[in-house]
Amino acid sequence: MAQQGALMEFVHRRRRGAELFLLVLALAVGVGAYAAVGLGVDGQVPVNLVGYGSWLAALTVAAHVVVRFVAPYADPVLLPVIAALNGLGLAVIYRLDLAYEAAGRSNHDFAPKQMTWMTVGVVLFVVTLLVLRDHRVLTRFTYTCGLAAIALLLLPLVPGVGKTINGARIWIGVGPFSFQPGEVAKVLLVIAFAGYLVLHRDALALAGRRVLFIDLPRGRDLGPILAMWAISLGILVFQRDLGSSLLFFGLFLVMLYVATERPGWLVVGTLMFFGGAAVAYTIFGHVQNRVNIWLDPMDYYDQTPGSGQIVESLFGMAWGGLIGRGFGEGDPSRVPFAESDFIIGAIGEELGLTAVIAVILLYGLIVERALRAALISRDGFGKLLATGLAATFALQVFVVIGGVTKLIPLTGLTTPFLSAGGSSLVANWVIVALLLRISDQARRPVPDLSAPEDDVDEQATQVVRIG
Amino acid sequence: MNKPIRTISIFCLFLFLALMVNATYLQYWKAEDYNDNALNRRVIEAAYSRERGAILVGREPIAESLPVKDKYKFQRTYPTPFLYAPVTGYFSFFDQTGIERSQNGILSGEDSKLFVTNLVDLLSNEEGKGGNVQLTLDPDAQRAAYDGLDALNGDVEGAVVALEPRTGKILAMASLPTFDPNKLAAHDLGAVGDAYDRLNDAESEPLVNRGIQKTLPPGSTFKLVTAAAAMTYADYSADDDVPGGPTFQLPETSGESGVIDNEGRSCGSGKIPFGQAMAQSCNTTFAQLALEVGADRMRDQAEAFGFNSRYLEDLGPQAVSQFPDEMGRAQTGQTGIGQFDVRATPLQMAMVAAAIGNQGTVMQPYIVDEVQTPDLRTLDKTEPRELSQAVSSSVADGLTQLLVETVREGTAGPAAIPGVEVAGKTGTAQSGIDDVPPYAWFVSFAPAQDPEVAVAVMIESADYERGEIAGGLLGGPIARAVMEAVLQ
Repeated sequence: MAQQGALMEFVHRRRRGAELFLLVLALAVGVGAYAAVGLGVDGQVPVNLVGYGSWLAALTVAAHVVVRFVAPYADPVLLPVIAALNGLGLAVIYRLDLAYEAAGRSNHDFAPKQMTWMTVGVVLFVVTLLVLRDHRVLTRFTYTCGLAAIALLLLPLVPGVGKTINGARIWIGVGPFSFQPGEVAKVLLVIAFAGYLVLHRDALALAGRRVLFIDLPRGRDLGPILAMWAISLGILVFQRDLGSSLLFFGLFLVMLYVATERPGWLVVGTLMFFGGAAVAYTIFGHVQNRVNIWLDPMDYYDQTPGSGQIVESLFGMAWGGLIGRGFGEGDPSRVPFAESDFIIGAIGEELGLTAVIAVILLYGLIVERALRAALISRDGFGKLLATGLAATFALQVFVVIGGVTKLIPLTGLTTPFLSAGGSSLVANWVIVALLLRISDQARRPVPDLSAPEDDVDEQATQVVRIG
Repeated sequence: MNKPIRTISIFCLFLFLALMVNATYLQYWKAEDYNDNALNRRVIEAAYSRERGAILVGREPIAESLPVKDKYKFQRTYPTPFLYAPVTGYFSFFDQTGIERSQNGILSGEDSKLFVTNLVDLLSNEEGKGGNVQLTLDPDAQRAAYDGLDALNGDVEGAVVALEPRTGKILAMASLPTFDPNKLAAHDLGAVGDAYDRLNDAESEPLVNRGIQKTLPPGSTFKLVTAAAAMTYADYSADDDVPGGPTFQLPETSGESGVIDNEGRSCGSGKIPFGQAMAQSCNTTFAQLALEVGADRMRDQAEAFGFNSRYLEDLGPQAVSQFPDEMGRAQTGQTGIGQFDVRATPLQMAMVAAAIGNQGTVMQPYIVDEVQTPDLRTLDKTEPRELSQAVSSSVADGLTQLLVETVREGTAGPAAIPGVEVAGKTGTAQSGIDDVPPYAWFVSFAPAQDPEVAVAVMIESADYERGEIAGGLLGGPIARAVMEAVLQ
């Protein structure tokens, strides 16, 4: 009783006021950056600044109000952080639009499109929070989610539906829009893994034999990990998408490790990944190409496929230095696809190392908050789901920013919340909605757990009462 | 499940730390490497589209950046292109030369002297502007030098350099053939490439500033150095007699090729006055004087005037004037008349004349008078600096006396200015190559006492009969025009 009493004493505060205050700061980042782009490029604030600012404010406030009502105990930091990232991304995309327009390119409406997608993202965020009052409901859809994810991943390979853009077959065309189903599959896969692992963790964790100080799992339990490995390699081979392949497999490994608490899985998985990657390197030209470019980007500057994109981005970031050239003073449109995969290069060029570090820290904060929710979550499914979503974020950010800054070989992935691209933006808003739901559940005051049949003392009391 | 979650947290921490360290490495430590990379068009284009400062002569810009409506925003423009091109050089997308190169830091605004101005620009969100460079050139002297060369017959190759002896200021620096830097500064990069190839391939080397970038045998103008050495090391004075004679057989030689004559000028026999020897430019005299002084002390004297060293710091690349290192006695005799391997730039010969006029003191030549902020505030003014003491002031006086006599009565007559005492010396140097006509030289300064200007004229090639090529006839009038322009 005493112990339970101590636990009951600590109650998380709702902190919705703090969230609102941070949201105001985040809005200042978004609207301020937008105004700065206009001042830097055209010498005047953009004409639609008021309308733009109001819409951005409306979206964030709407999200905040919904959180206040349906997830009052949710983490107060997550929403402001993603609002700031999304706002900064919009401003940088708008900056690139202006550069594309000045250069006479036909496509220079990425910012309005991104705003539309952000709106869709916020709507889905709200819907997720409203519909999903308890994340454990998702365990019912474990296999549905898994199958849907695999279907989505295969969709781009279907003739007539799939589109190859920039050498990667990871897109589907829906009317005028291009959609990357992999981004949605990512969320579904995390849900499926979490549901599967929370059921089978005991079998995976306890059965096995010891070889050379490492607890290896049983052969029959290797099924799912082998399946995931095959899927990852399939993505690598058939869709030529190194980034997603790495992301999905890494994600699965992390969740498996957390569920079973057995580092042996990590060893086996990592070996399998590097084995697969080594084989892929020797067999596939595009993998070799990526690695060669990573080792010596300057040698491939003028070749096709070459390193012009990453080299220009590196030049831009180096030129930006510590504080950047300032909006309008750089030349970020030299980098092909600066608005999507290489947006961190544009930020580094015009806003400098300061902003790059700030962005990385914001991502770090998201991951930290998600893992914190996982730690305090009261159910295994919530823990696994939050960890999986955190790992998705961390791996994706590492793979894309590390690739652009030449820490690791470049693989195509979007930068969450910053890159222009609807599928990624919408999926990430949903991810944050799930995280908020988990943290809301975790931070709520402990409900009255005194179910009669669980507690002998209580039963005795009952007996006395009846008596 | 919390233990593995904590492990994963630490793992994620390392991922993010790696990203931040790597970004810092890229944008801070490696930034300079990337900026200097030859493939990096960004930095080049940014430099190219900055509002560069002006290069000023007097109050007039001779190079300025004017706003235009294209992606590079500013067009570098040279209002009097041919006159000043050898000095300004050009500012093209690919390269810079001349002042555009040597003063690039100021002109582009990157120099640390402009730090405060840049900071103000940064804070007030203004586009950064480069500073201005004020040159020492005298527009009238420059015009006289250029017109003088240009008026010679044919496709002229030659140069004129004028100095202010007291300070070392370069008052004029003209070189022919010249070029139009506007064609190289144009924004049509293809046309710029073609224009550059044409200029660079031309045999007459229009891109070379002959005033400082090309050394040629100085011929008889080098006799100033020989006379200085004779006075300094062999105790001659201007009033003494020196060895003369119609011919002189160089030591360690036999036959025609070792004989030096005076090309018909009157140099007596036996001893003749020093004044006559200088006025008639007696080869026999100066070859013997050089032998009397000796190779080592001849070299010491030449080096005291600036030979075998670099001294021009604000314009380049400077060709080093040469006095040879190793030679026999026959060659030593030849050096006395500015032949064998003696080679000098017009600037070097102007410095010899200027030093004699300036009591023997060689001033370091300079062409950048001051550098200014974009709003014309002076940031830095060049202070005149002594380079060396070439001869004592009494030797300088004696030499001046000889040179005045050379203008009054001798070969340097064409440089005479009524009412002004002029000191001067001609030179006609054998090119040493068949079919290449001799080079005509002329050096002078005026007024002889306390001179305001010293000039060297060098004509490498012009359309004259071989016999007509003499420093006095071709170079004298040009030197005179330049001196008059300064003295007026």
